[in-house]
Amino acid sequence: MIRRVALAVWDFVVGDDWRLALAAVAAIGLTAIVCALGLNVWWLAPVIALAALRWTLRPGSAGSHS
Amino acid sequence: MSGTEVSLALSVFLACAVEAVEAFTIVLAVGSTRRWSSALAGVGAAALALAVLIGALGPAITSLPIGVLRVVVGGLLLTFGLQWLRKAIMRAAGTKAKHDEEAIFREEAAEAAAAPASDESFDGYAFAISFKAVLLEGLEVAFIVLTFGANQHDVGLAAVAAGAAVLVVLAAGLALRAPLARVPENGMKFAVGVLLTSFGIFWGAEGAGASWPGGEASLGPLVAVVLLAALAMVAELRSRPRAPRAAAEASA
Repeated sequence: MIRRVALAVWDFVVGDDWRLALAAVAAIGLTAIVCALGLNVWWLAPVIALAALRWTLRPGSAGSHS
Repeated sequence: MSGTEVSLALSVFLACAVEAVEAFTIVLAVGSTRRWSSALAGVGAAALALAVLIGALGPAITSLPIGVLRVVVGGLLLTFGLQWLRKAIMRAAGTKAKHDEEAIFREEAAEAAAAPASDESFDGYAFAISFKAVLLEGLEVAFIVLTFGANQHDVGLAAVAAGAAVLVVLAAGLALRAPLARVPENGMKFAVGVLLTSFGIFWGAEGAGASWPGGEASLGPLVAVVLLAALAMVAELRSRPRAPRAAAEASA
């Protein structure tokens, strides 16, 4: 039961392609780290997010079951 | 209403309308093939479950400190947005089959007709399928309503936009009594993907400590950048030579 709930939550949050979930975490996490160092990198999150999106669309891209 | 509030209402309305169309198709297929009373009971039970979930999670989400809320919500919206946008780009480029409500209706109706018949007044199959459809489609919308509303301190506006979308879809569906196949679902999903991704980036970066030039005014240009990038990806995918498997899927 717990396993099924955990799988459902994973499926709901992570979705079809885990790489995009990882990219979202990386985009915000790296922004937080660099901002903590004193640089206002407002542009970093969109660059990472859009680059990851483009990367998952490349031919023969794995990681999804959609 | 400010530009951000308009974007919020539009995002919630479009996301909710798309999910409502999908749930409507399944309930219509099951209800018309099996038993309407059981299918509608499933819809009611799912709506109740969603209301309980929102009632439980809503206060918890809105009580989070704004910085934490923006990081968590931004991250989740960005994840959802990128997933929606990836599929929408592939559909627009023709490398993934488009969502076809009429085909889904035929498939669901065939499965419902093939399932064992119920002699009793309560049809468990119709109830379960309707319940699952509304709950699963509603869950993401409930999350979007809560998170958008909490971040903008306007859950009411988000709820009104969601309610309006459900009413519009229901009215159209009841008038037609057929799957809403003419709704530009794929285009709406593209727009929702762009908006969720943009809001996710905006709130996530802000919660992470970044300061956007011009504050909320930068949300418009950010939406434009995400939209243009997505359109460029569609154009690039369309220009690629089509692999046999992708071509077969696209024509399915």
